[in-house]
Amino acid sequence: MGVKIVTSQQKMTAYLEGEIDHHTAAAIREEIDNAVMLHSPQVLKIDFGAVTFMDSSGVGLAMGRYRTLLMTGGELILSNLSDRNYKMMKLSGLEKIAILNKRENAYESKK
Amino acid sequence: MKVKNEFRMTVESRSVNESFVRTTVAAFASQLDPTVEEIADIKTAVSEAVTNCIVHAYKECVGKIYIYAALNDESIIRVSIRDRGCGIEDIKKAREPLFTTLGGERAGLGFAVMESFTDKLIVRSKPGKGTTVTMIKKIGGR
Ligand SMILES: Nc1ncnc2c1ncn2[C@@H]1O[C@H](COP(=O)(O)OP(=O)(O)OP(=O)(O)O)[C@@H](O)[C@H]1O
Ligand SMILES: [Mg+2]
Repeated sequence: MGVKIVTSQQKMTAYLEGEIDHHTAAAIREEIDNAVMLHSPQVLKIDFGAVTFMDSSGVGLAMGRYRTLLMTGGELILSNLSDRNYKMMKLSGLEKIAILNKRENAYESKK
Repeated sequence: MKVKNEFRMTVESRSVNESFVRTTVAAFASQLDPTVEEIADIKTAVSEAVTNCIVHAYKECVGKIYIYAALNDESIIRVSIRDRGCGIEDIKKAREPLFTTLGGERAGLGFAVMESFTDKLIVRSKPGKGTTVTMIKKIGGR
């Protein structure tokens, strides 16, 4: 589990890695929020490409970062979502307030 | 439907056990030769139930979480996750998508996820006594 944050000009990308659950989400949340408060990026992209497991805590993590961005005035992009993670994000209605992008090489088999 | 194999375990409601329990139940379920997707379904559903015990049932304390899993000869897995925590006042309401009593970092999606990734979800609860969540899933059913 972990997060690498890359900031270039007004765009910040947070690359998530490993398993996202209630246990691991707290540290990820803190790192992203600290970086967002410091840089006030116009765009925060959270990249789920290296996420190997996620439950609804990952959805809560995304919703919470949307709220952080409301304070600093940025836009949220959730990218590289696997089919199942995309489905979970949509259950929450996040597609109405953020941009959701699926994984390009969707190697996960569809049901 | 005869039980072919079963196991029980008890863990403390510490968040580090979320991954421990879901991985253990998934390893047990692997006897039914599930697909990668089916394993992910089980892991996600179990993770939701265990997390709920930690963040809701035992919000102010550390308590015990009782896990029971059984496989039968029709490739059906049943997982029960029980706590002796605060219980749920209105189960119907609690199961509605986006309903949460915590807000903050919670999406209110746990039950919706358990429901969509298993075939059947049964929730029994008594305020002040605790909650039992039972999930049933057929492996290789589709
Ligand atoms: N084991 C439990 N003990 C007591 N209350 C519970 C338990 N499980 C769920 N609840 C109640 O049901 C509500 C809905 O649960 P659900 O898992 O769907 O959403 P959540 O836990 O609030 O958010 P999320 O699962 O998305 O993080 C919770 O907010 C809580 O009030
Ligand atoms: Mg929950």
